[in-house]
Amino acid sequence: MLFFSYFKELVGKEVTVELKNDLAMRGILHSVDQYLNIKLENTRVVDQDKYPHMSSVRNCFIRGSVVRYVQLPPDGVDIDILHDATRREARGG
Amino acid sequence: MSWAGPEDIFLSTSLASYLDKKLLVLLRDGRKLLGILRSFDQFANAVLEGACERVIVGDLYCDIPLGLYVIRGENVVLIGELDLEREELPPHMICVSAAEIRRAQKAERDATDLKGSMRKRMEFLDLD
Repeated sequence: MLFFSYFKELVGKEVTVELKNDLAMRGILHSVDQYLNIKLENTRVVDQDKYPHMSSVRNCFIRGSVVRYVQLPPDGVDIDILHDATRREARGG
Repeated sequence: MSWAGPEDIFLSTSLASYLDKKLLVLLRDGRKLLGILRSFDQFANAVLEGACERVIVGDLYCDIPLGLYVIRGENVVLIGELDLEREELPPHMICVSAAEIRRAQKAERDATDLKGSMRKRMEFLDLD
C-alpha cells in the first residue's frame, strides 16, 4: 500500500515510465491503482522514431506488471517522509 | 502526505473511460492490435471489436483484420487511446498487402538469425 499511496501523491506530476519491453513513455500521471497500473496523459514516447505506431497515442493505460521503472521529478520526492513511512511499514504497520 | 484510507483500497485506474473508443493494444509478444474496446475487467482482460493487427516492418505496414477478439490481461503491455486528430502513423510509411508484409517479416527474421549465427561463429575469436 505504501507505493500506491506514494504514487497517489504524484498524480498530476510528469513522470517517465520505462517498461520491461524497453519502451519508455513520458507523461502526466493521471491515476494509479492497487496493482500499480498507471494511466498517463499527454504522453510522448521517449524514442519516437523507433515506435512509429505510437505517434498518435496521447493517453494510455499501462499494466502494472510490465513496468520496469518509474522515473520521478527530483522535487517530487520528499525523502524524509518516504523514509518514515517505510520504517513504519517495516515495523509491521 | 496523506495515506490510504480503507475506502481507497477499492480505487482503481479504470478502463471505463476507454470504452467504445478505438484503441491500440500492445502485447507482450510485440504485436500491436487495434480495435474498439467493448469490455474489460480487473485483470485488464479486454474485448476488442473490429480488431486488426498492425504489422510494421521498417517503413512498410499492413493491417490484418481479425474480427472480435478477447485478450487475456496478462499479455497486455499498454492500452493507448488513439488521438483522432493526429495521423496514426508517420506519413512516410507505406501500406502494403498481407502477403508482402509476411515476406518482409520473414526477411527481417532471416537477417536477425544470420546476424546471430555469425556472431556465434565469431565468439571463439574472443575479440572483446
